[in-house]
Amino acid sequence: MSKPFTPTPARPAVITANDLRMGHCVWMRDGAWTADPREAEIFEDEAIADLAMLDALSQANLVVDPYLAEARRGEDGRPEPTHFREAFRRRGPSNYFHGKQAEFEASNV
Amino acid sequence: MFDVRPQHNEYLRHRSAQFRQQVERRLNGSLTEAEFKPLRLMNGVYLQLHAYMLRVAIPYGTISPDQMRVLALLAQKWDKGYGHWTTRQNIQFNWPKLVDIPDMLDALADVGMHAIQTSGNTIRNVTTDAYAGAAADEVADPRPYAELLRQWSTDHAEFQFLPRKFKIAISGAEKDRAVISAHDIGLRLLRNAQGELGFQVWIGGGLGRTPLIGQVVRDFLPEADLLPYVEAIIAAYNLAGRRDNKYKARIKITVAERGLDVMREEIEAEFVNRRAVFTGVDQELLAELRNLYAAPAFRNEEDGDYEAKRAANAAFRSFTDTNLSAHKAPGYVSVKVSFKAPGQTPGDASAEQMNLLADLAERFGHHDLRVSHDQNVVLPHIHKSDLFALYEELRAAGLATANAGLISDIVACPGMDYCALATARSIPIAEEIAAHFRARDLESDIGKIDIRISGCINACGHHHLGHIGILGLDRAGVENYQITLGGDGYDIPAVGQKPGAGFPAEEVVGAIDRIINAYLELREDEEERFIDAYRRLGMAPFKAALYPANA
Repeated sequence: MSKPFTPTPARPAVITANDLRMGHCVWMRDGAWTADPREAEIFEDEAIADLAMLDALSQANLVVDPYLAEARRGEDGRPEPTHFREAFRRRGPSNYFHGKQAEFEASNV
Repeated sequence: MFDVRPQHNEYLRHRSAQFRQQVERRLNGSLTEAEFKPLRLMNGVYLQLHAYMLRVAIPYGTISPDQMRVLALLAQKWDKGYGHWTTRQNIQFNWPKLVDIPDMLDALADVGMHAIQTSGNTIRNVTTDAYAGAAADEVADPRPYAELLRQWSTDHAEFQFLPRKFKIAISGAEKDRAVISAHDIGLRLLRNAQGELGFQVWIGGGLGRTPLIGQVVRDFLPEADLLPYVEAIIAAYNLAGRRDNKYKARIKITVAERGLDVMREEIEAEFVNRRAVFTGVDQELLAELRNLYAAPAFRNEEDGDYEAKRAANAAFRSFTDTNLSAHKAPGYVSVKVSFKAPGQTPGDASAEQMNLLADLAERFGHHDLRVSHDQNVVLPHIHKSDLFALYEELRAAGLATANAGLISDIVACPGMDYCALATARSIPIAEEIAAHFRARDLESDIGKIDIRISGCINACGHHHLGHIGILGLDRAGVENYQITLGGDGYDIPAVGQKPGAGFPAEEVVGAIDRIINAYLELREDEEERFIDAYRRLGMAPFKAALYPANA
């Protein structure tokens, strides 16, 4: 689990967790969860992020261990990871092309 | 207590049913994650980077063909077609769904297998030599003692909440093949001057962020005193071990902080009390276990065309040169099946490979298989007359890589490709190093060398014990690899030492290449292994090769 992160406009964040039933990585958008990291909501304000985290923590019947992960806004406006750990969580393992995220990318490239 | 045989086990089914209810209660909100987490960990269920992970114990590495087929079934039906052999003789499944895990545990229970105490602050899977019951130099088969310890430690009420996890390893021979010096308790079977069987007992070894080689707490423990003495050690640790800081909670720190003599006094005092209440049931059970692990009916026949095949087939000759070990029975050898083929993730086994090995163990290997802590599989009892036929079957399935103990036989933890604790990846580094030295066609010239890679300081890849160790770290958001030299878990136990600063991922292969070039230049002859040359010459010439700009 990453260290607690406080987002700012210069260093935004996404909220991510693992799906309780299946275990795969999920990202928060509008209070719901998506397996598509590019759909994640970007938080630039600490207070809004705190409220969203409270919401995420209240959804313990759906997800495990939600946390704020630093992200940057890509050229297309979608979030991109800033740390390699989050990049691996999006992409899946590097030895096989079969993580849920890899499947997702394969069908959406 | 439960039955060790590979058959339906009601006790394990009951445990699985219990876990099924716990999963249901988690899903319907009756249990919070904080409440559920220790319960799932008690059943070997972790939540990793991309998915849940189920760690199944292969007690002391011994597994029957029927049990191996169930591991294949788990991989095929509930995972992505493969499993991963670990450095502590477990198998990890990387992709189970939480809702499927009770079904997986049921399938395991039907062949007497389980995931109990593969996590948590408990006594973990007891490990031993993969050549147990087969090795020519063995004093006694360690498996009956390992099973005795498992039955005693499983669900042992006193030891469910130890200060930290607790690992025991047993070596059946003077030559340690179980890494006893790096365990919380290490046991070495030996005979005293009177010819009586017993154990040399080590405590306080361990890797992780504070790597320490264990110390001998008892030179000779009569074999009948095994359980009360081990119980006394763990009882003393249970009281004295620190609970204020998880990084100082292992017995290695307890021994280092309090001193071996203080620990020995407490253990011996406790031993007197414990010994008095053992009624002898353990010895009756041990006698049964000795029968269970009696040697198979070895065939007494000629080697057939073994030597002729060796002479005629260079690849077979190479395989027999590297992957065989001496057996105690005439005409027999133990065969190491390498799971370090080119491009293969170290220790990953597909369901098809597991099923094939189960078949081959039945056809050629007295129904016996072992998972070794270097992430390979051993067929312990193969008659030389069957060796070529076995080799042909392995070769057809891509399992005849002739590299046991060579530079491409790299031990590596899953690293950040899977593990939530990891700080960097291990697998791609292992693959790149193996590919590099294969491309240079130097493997057999370099000879025996032990490279071990961990993706974090917890050291599941036992990097401290590698002749060359590699530790993956996160340095300011970039993967960085610290190299250590001179580690050894076997002949002369030693923790590898850092020669200097770490390297970014793309420079690791070049760094290892410089160390190996220096070794090839400096060794006295081809018989002098890397570790021997390192011991003779020390760190300096290798450090100079590793950091040429500073030399």
